[in-house]
Amino acid sequence: MLAMTGVCALVAVSVLFLILGYLVYHGGASINWNFFTKLPTPVGEIGGGMANAIVGSGKLLLLATLIGVPIGFFGAIYLAEFSGGTVAFIVRYAADLLNGVPSIVIGIFAFILVVHPFKQFSTFAGGFALGLMMIPVTLRSTEEFLRAVPRALREAAMALGASKWKTIVSVIVPAAYRGILTAILLAFARVAGETAPLLFTALGNRFWSPGWNQPTAALPEMIYRYAISPYDDWNRQAWAAGLVLLGLILIINIVARAILSRGIAVPRT
Amino acid sequence: MATTTTTVPSAGPLAGSRSFLSRLRQGDEIARMITFLFAASVVLVTVLLVFELWQGSALPRHKFGFNFFRTSVWDPIFGQFGALPFIYGTLVTAAVSLLIAVPLGIGAAIFLAELAPARVSDTLEFFIDLLAAVPSVIYGVLGIFIVVPLMRQYIQPALKHSLGFLPLFQGPAYGVGFLTAGIVLAIMVIPYIISVSREVLLSVPRDQREAALSLGATRWESTWKVVVPFARAGIFGSIFLALARALGETMAVTMVIGNTPTISASLFSPGYSIAAVIANEFTEAVGDLHTQSLIELALVLFILTFILNGVARLLIVATSQRGSGMGNV
Amino acid sequence: MKRLSGMLLVVLAVAGILWADGVLSITGAGATFPYPMYSKWFDEYHKKNGNLEINYQSIGSGGGIRQVTEGTVDFGATDGPMNDDQLKAYQDKHGFGILHFPTVLGADVPTYNIPGVDAELSFTQEAISGIFLGRITKWNDPAITGSNKGVSLPANDIVVVHRSEGSGTTYIWTDYLSKISEEWKTKVGKGASVNWPVGLGGKGNEGVTGTVKNTPNSIGYVELIYAIQNKMPYGRVKNSSGAFVKADLASVTAAAAGAAKEMPDDFRVSITDAPGKTAYPISSFTWLLVPAKFSDAKKRDAIKGFVKWMLADGQNYAEALSYAKLPKEVVAKELKAIDQIQ
Repeated sequence: MLAMTGVCALVAVSVLFLILGYLVYHGGASINWNFFTKLPTPVGEIGGGMANAIVGSGKLLLLATLIGVPIGFFGAIYLAEFSGGTVAFIVRYAADLLNGVPSIVIGIFAFILVVHPFKQFSTFAGGFALGLMMIPVTLRSTEEFLRAVPRALREAAMALGASKWKTIVSVIVPAAYRGILTAILLAFARVAGETAPLLFTALGNRFWSPGWNQPTAALPEMIYRYAISPYDDWNRQAWAAGLVLLGLILIINIVARAILSRGIAVPRT
Repeated sequence: MATTTTTVPSAGPLAGSRSFLSRLRQGDEIARMITFLFAASVVLVTVLLVFELWQGSALPRHKFGFNFFRTSVWDPIFGQFGALPFIYGTLVTAAVSLLIAVPLGIGAAIFLAELAPARVSDTLEFFIDLLAAVPSVIYGVLGIFIVVPLMRQYIQPALKHSLGFLPLFQGPAYGVGFLTAGIVLAIMVIPYIISVSREVLLSVPRDQREAALSLGATRWESTWKVVVPFARAGIFGSIFLALARALGETMAVTMVIGNTPTISASLFSPGYSIAAVIANEFTEAVGDLHTQSLIELALVLFILTFILNGVARLLIVATSQRGSGMGNV
Repeated sequence: MKRLSGMLLVVLAVAGILWADGVLSITGAGATFPYPMYSKWFDEYHKKNGNLEINYQSIGSGGGIRQVTEGTVDFGATDGPMNDDQLKAYQDKHGFGILHFPTVLGADVPTYNIPGVDAELSFTQEAISGIFLGRITKWNDPAITGSNKGVSLPANDIVVVHRSEGSGTTYIWTDYLSKISEEWKTKVGKGASVNWPVGLGGKGNEGVTGTVKNTPNSIGYVELIYAIQNKMPYGRVKNSSGAFVKADLASVTAAAAGAAKEMPDDFRVSITDAPGKTAYPISSFTWLLVPAKFSDAKKRDAIKGFVKWMLADGQNYAEALSYAKLPKEVVAKELKAIDQIQ
């Protein structure tokens, strides 16, 4: 019976390696210079790449971070340092609610709020949707790490005459920075792979997307379109893109956990 | 910066430093206000989301009322929208995924929490967490290229051969369908069951195990008959969490479910889920009724996941409190 | 921390500026039926006009009609012309109308994947309507074998594949089925999105082709070029004169011959089940949907320029992709209609 549970664990873990193995095997060959530098070719022609999708994803994620992280970070400071019980409860509840919303529903919300009024599919709408998804993780984790900073540190700072704000900026946040950074990285990795919210916001683009107000290609969306198509060349590119995307996400996750494991809220003397 | 020693600002103004104090307080006030605005925006956004979903589905709510959930015809041409096939598909695929993921997940969690040495447990947990980070579209790609052919060529025929007398396993083997979607979902939700259950099991106090062992129970009996029941609520919580995730999954499901609004007793049948139909039809729903019916589906999904997540959290919190509580509870 | 955020802002500003440098970006969305043609055209046109990027997203004809009506894209594309209600809705919403411009001629072909069968199958009208109605369920049904003597068809279940989203390709297919089968007409009807009696759903022409390619014993309807590019067999269809015709440039052009002479002013016409011994019965025009008025003069001129190019040089790219060129009379009429775009 005990051995069975070990088998269960093994099965679960081996799936990860199966996924990685398959992607490396099928996609590895298609990761070449073309993939990173060329634009997609017309349907049926071989030799295109995903340069615009890579840049598009970069822009979307940059925007998502600029929207999601400040709200999560400063909101968490409010919860940890300033707020009373009821307000904190409401904010946390709202964040958890937002966290549980399926990503396709966030996509609809972003369409209603951004695409429809401005009559434009855009990088901005996509970044907005992704940013919304980054807020809850950033908020809750940052709050936890801020709270974990020992009271002694705060009181010492206060005793030296520092105002609350100065304490937060110079003492508490630096003490919790590892955890906060980890939270941001994990939130980032989570939205990097999201496709559904982009379907109605960023739409897609054959070319480079100028500025922030035009539709843009993105890596997850290209993977989806190419994978369901019948063209072998597109399928190979989908594998390659999948490998790149997964590799990026896994690396961020590993780095984030490495940062965290080096110690949480270590008081720096 | 301060040169005079002041302690808590609310301890009353000290002579000569009131202006300094109020400046300090003002700085804090501004900080408080700014951070409050950010925190409030979270609430604002969430409320706005619910509001937009509610407003955006007004037409079909008034036109169909509760019949929306009872009719199964989805016909954009004739303006008939019934949500039953999508609700059915969503629930069936989620049920199949749990049937597979729960035994495997809890088994693995027991192994990691009770049996494995700490280093092994932590390493394996590390990999499980990475599994949770894999994006949905990649599961979908694997679904199309690995799971679907496997189902069509080996697994579905085998099931038909051995269990074909059950209505569950009848019908042509397409490869795509409820069963395939359920299997792909199972892979996606196992990490959640494992990591939450593992934590919950780890939080069961030592004396529970020791008491069982001292009464002569074997390792397995102590685990299965004492520890797991103690953590039962939290484990249920992890299942609800996994269920909530399974219900909302879009990309992986739409790539392997067959995209046909059908209600069928057979697991081999192609079907549709709420998230999948929204993804496929939203950009082209012509006419307000169609669009708003899709938004109503989104509202249904939102409410379902909202309830499940809420219950899950309560259960998990209850267990950890029980574990760290008075010990005699 | 401050330095980091400062750097970030600079990067952002630069990125925004760099990418917004004088390029005119026009967005269109719609049919997957002509997507191979359009992606080639917009690519070639971009090579000639480096500052103009026409970004076309193939989300299906239904999507094209919806998004151009919403105003979220600059032009749409569809293989099922907008009906009167949709035109009125557009007029009511914008205060001006929307114009249809035929671009090429294409064909819906029945493509299939039957293990062991490489031959070209011939489908009668009963066979096609029966299969898609779900009445004919096995490949060795007499309705199919009757017109394919000499081909040994297995007793396997037929897997029907159709579109999961609103599609002009579906519109063409169901338009044809409605004309040849009274049962189809009353039970299912014609439209971009119908209540299919049987089958799996694939997304876009690409999705249907992919599904048929990967699913043994399946049959689906796709635009000709998708079957050709993916080296998949497609069948002959019996036309109104009783001949089994395979879709190709000649047979599609023959189908449009009648319409060419009697093209209505708004260019909305159906050429399925066209008369003529050599006509392929499931052919169709495909249209660009261009608003009659543009508030942005640059966009208006860019689109007008493209349509002119499309009617002249653009037509020369069509045959390489197995789309038939527009009849000369239609081209002449369209050139005059361009002036309606203001």
